[in-house]
Amino acid sequence: MTQLVLFNAFNGLVVGAFYALMALGLSLILNLSGVINFAHGGFLAIAAYLAYSLIPRVGFWGGLVIAPLLTAVLGLVVERLLIRRLYGRDPLYSLLLTFGLAYVFEDATRFLWGAQTLPYPVPPSLTTPVSATFFFLTGYRVFMVLLVAVVVTALFFVLARTRLGIRIRAGTQDLETVSVLGINVRVLRNLNFGLGVYLAGLAGVLAAGMLGLEPTIGSSLIMPSFVAIIVGGLGSLPGTLLGGLLIGVASGVTTVFFPSASEAVIYVMMAAVLLVRPHGLLGTAGRTA
Amino acid sequence: MSWLERHAPAIILPALLVTMPWWMAAAGGYTELASRIVILGLAAMALNFLLGFTGVLSFGHAAYFGLGGYGAAMTLRYLVPSSAVAILVGVVAGTVAAAIIGALIVKLRGVYFAMVTIAFGQVFYFVAFRWNRVTGGDDGLTGWSRLPLRARPLTLDIQRNDLAFYFFVLALFGLSVAAMGLLLRSPFGRTLLAIRENERRARFLGIPVERHVWLSFVISALFASLAGALFALLNNFIDPRALRWDQSGNFVIMAVLGGMRSFWGPLLGAGIFVVLQDFISTRTQNWMSFVGAFFVVIVLFFPRGVLGFLRRRVAV
Amino acid sequence: MSHDPWNPKLTRRTVLKGAAMAAAWQLAPRGLSRAFAAEPVKIGFDDTLTGTYAANGKNTLIGCQLAVDQINASGGILGQPAQLLVEDSTSGDAGTAVQKARKLIDRDRVSFLIGNVNSALSLAIGQVSNEKGILHVVPGGHTDAVTGANCHWNVFRVCNTTQMEAAAVSAELIKAGKRWYYITPDYAYGHTLQDGLEKEAQKLGGIKAGADLAPLGTADYSSYLIKAQAANPDVIVFLTQGADMVNALKQAVQFGLEKRFHLAGAQQELEALEGLPPEARVGTWVFEWYWKQPNVPHLDEFVGLIRKKTGKVPTARTWQGFASVWSCALAARSAKSLDGVKMAKAMEGMKLPPEVGLMPDPPFYRPGDHQLMPTLYVGRAQAQGSEPEDLFKVTRFLKGTDIAAPVEQTGCRLSWPHT
Repeated sequence: MTQLVLFNAFNGLVVGAFYALMALGLSLILNLSGVINFAHGGFLAIAAYLAYSLIPRVGFWGGLVIAPLLTAVLGLVVERLLIRRLYGRDPLYSLLLTFGLAYVFEDATRFLWGAQTLPYPVPPSLTTPVSATFFFLTGYRVFMVLLVAVVVTALFFVLARTRLGIRIRAGTQDLETVSVLGINVRVLRNLNFGLGVYLAGLAGVLAAGMLGLEPTIGSSLIMPSFVAIIVGGLGSLPGTLLGGLLIGVASGVTTVFFPSASEAVIYVMMAAVLLVRPHGLLGTAGRTA
Repeated sequence: MSWLERHAPAIILPALLVTMPWWMAAAGGYTELASRIVILGLAAMALNFLLGFTGVLSFGHAAYFGLGGYGAAMTLRYLVPSSAVAILVGVVAGTVAAAIIGALIVKLRGVYFAMVTIAFGQVFYFVAFRWNRVTGGDDGLTGWSRLPLRARPLTLDIQRNDLAFYFFVLALFGLSVAAMGLLLRSPFGRTLLAIRENERRARFLGIPVERHVWLSFVISALFASLAGALFALLNNFIDPRALRWDQSGNFVIMAVLGGMRSFWGPLLGAGIFVVLQDFISTRTQNWMSFVGAFFVVIVLFFPRGVLGFLRRRVAV
Repeated sequence: MSHDPWNPKLTRRTVLKGAAMAAAWQLAPRGLSRAFAAEPVKIGFDDTLTGTYAANGKNTLIGCQLAVDQINASGGILGQPAQLLVEDSTSGDAGTAVQKARKLIDRDRVSFLIGNVNSALSLAIGQVSNEKGILHVVPGGHTDAVTGANCHWNVFRVCNTTQMEAAAVSAELIKAGKRWYYITPDYAYGHTLQDGLEKEAQKLGGIKAGADLAPLGTADYSSYLIKAQAANPDVIVFLTQGADMVNALKQAVQFGLEKRFHLAGAQQELEALEGLPPEARVGTWVFEWYWKQPNVPHLDEFVGLIRKKTGKVPTARTWQGFASVWSCALAARSAKSLDGVKMAKAMEGMKLPPEVGLMPDPPFYRPGDHQLMPTLYVGRAQAQGSEPEDLFKVTRFLKGTDIAAPVEQTGCRLSWPHT
């Protein structure tokens, strides 16, 4: 039994890494721009489908590199044309707009690629488990965890050391002052949104390797992402990372004892965390939206 | 603005509602659609009591909506063959749940509050799903239907007569809306507005903010559960999806669509939402693109929602 | 009104004008532009065209449309043209499904109702059709209650019950071993299917090595697969459907489990197999209908017609839609009337002709519960057969009548209206 729990906890970290990736993109956008991006799942799906279409020409790895970039470009365009007009308004408006956008994305993918689930090819080199005991650690999952680790490290590096990153962090704390300091806030928000969407796109391409590729692939993943952000605490990216991992582990361990609750448990966990720590685990007091 | 401008919605809308079955049918709709609009409009207006007038976002109102629905359905299925009792049970179930949950979460704010309301909604969803011997689980609860109302010697056949059911729903809607309107005009209601505008200042003035938010939450849930009970009666069916966060999301969408800052806005939002989806999905399988694009356009060009736009420059 | 500073040309006024025009177009009642020749007989389609079950619903629709074309080419229904009115029930919103059913019946005055892929929606819509006395054929909602505890005199079902599927596949699974581990989707269909399989397994000497209920829409099955592996069964039984099936199998094969255990399940569909990468198309399953069967007359024509329409082969869902609509027309022709009760009585015991049945033996509707008694196809999934779309190798044909439980055991009690 302990082995089962350990295995599941360990596996939960792997799954959690994936949730964290998606939640981080969402968190970036929320923190700087105050935008609740309900279309995040839609961007995820689009990236997956783009990768699927690109793979015959550029291969699996080409798809992995190019599709998220293309999706990020789409994100930049969406921000420029649509999201930009919502700053300064109640975040509920961004919710409604991105909700509408999510509808459009889902319908567009269904229209362009069909409602049928598409077989997403994963290179054989990745589909074998790394060891017989740890059979659930396929090359693909190990690769995914490594990739998430690299991306997260790169993200934190960018935020800590590069000019763009520092500006984003400053903007999260006090956008007005940042603007007064002469920084082009419009461009900053635009790039930040693109970055967040890039992470969603990457999550999408990774997801397609593990899940069936169909138009609603993004919508089941969006709620756990929000939960991850809340559990970790708004305004804190390390919190989001922690939140994602915790969700994965909680869900995995619950499956050992009470599998049908494995989906509900993340909500229970969130409620429990909030009742004890009203700002999430690593959240800063005072931030509520 | 003039007396007429201020009270126009309160005159026009009831007139439209009372005559809806007829002009709706002429425009290609049907009575059941009208009932649906009124019921979901009630739910959206109930949510807006909390959202637009107290300034608190709940994303889990479907929990009380669904509890109202299940209370009514289970009463008719297992307990008493009476629509009136069913509605009462549904309302009590939703309100009591809200009272308990509200007390637990009232210290939270903003997105945290919203998310925790989702959490409770999802727990109820899970219970409804799993306890399938009683609730029917994912298949939903069937094998019952709304029964004619009898108050000797009169009988209102809301079971077979769609028009009778519509006016029954409209009557309850009218009472609820009147109650909400009176509450909002009272000192209590004014206090809620004060909390919405500036919570900290309200606190400095000595207003017990938490207690007001809790009361607003419970009142809002009461009418939401009434809407839920009526919803179950409308469909002669209830299933766990009525409790899920996407149902809550729909109510929020309706409120924002119609105009959060106005009293009647959410009803308009519900009407647009229901009718739009109904009409467009009949004409094309790609209705989601049109509806989605519509939401985007509304947000960009009608910043105060549809009713806000109709009111133009005047704030409520 | 002030100019919109960002986009001077696209003002609110322009948007409103466009909206007004669109609204006028929307409000025009459907069919206004059609020339009114003979009053058509309307068939209402209330099924899942968006959401999780969109692919299944769309395939069902294609079958329905082909049937309508053929019906009209052969004289229509009682001399009048048949018309299919299509509504999207969405994949999970019962309120919308019920609303659309009412719209079709009350406003559009359909004589028949077809729907749904989703079990819950089938039950909800069934109540509406029963209330209004409209003949209703369920093409793809599998929960037993549709022709069991919640059966109605006006409701008929084409697809199998869980009991039939369980009975069909058990004999094949026991060959792989006695210890079975179930991964079951947590809803009525999954529960009854697991119960059915456990009963059948017991008869054959099988043992339950373990079972897990997975929430619908679970994306990651690794925890369940870890548990299954730990129980060391002979067979891992996947009862999940649709996207859940694709996820579970894909992951199971990635873990290399098909090399150590026999992977199997009850119902399988071409839509799911098509969505899996070729190496994950493994296991023993039951199909409700398959496009490649030798010696079945008219089958090649049907496959050819569907291929011409869509470029793909028909799936069981396509056939279910096709058979459902044809059943309505045949019932009307047989009863020589569009009266619900008369048609329902005519449909009891009705055999589907070879051009419609498309099975080795003619399927028919059992009088006691209105459940179609078809052939069931047991076999193995394969990465690719003789053709790229031949993903299933049938090894056994089973007659529905041989394996279906008797009517008394289904819990169905039909009560007819007093005429």
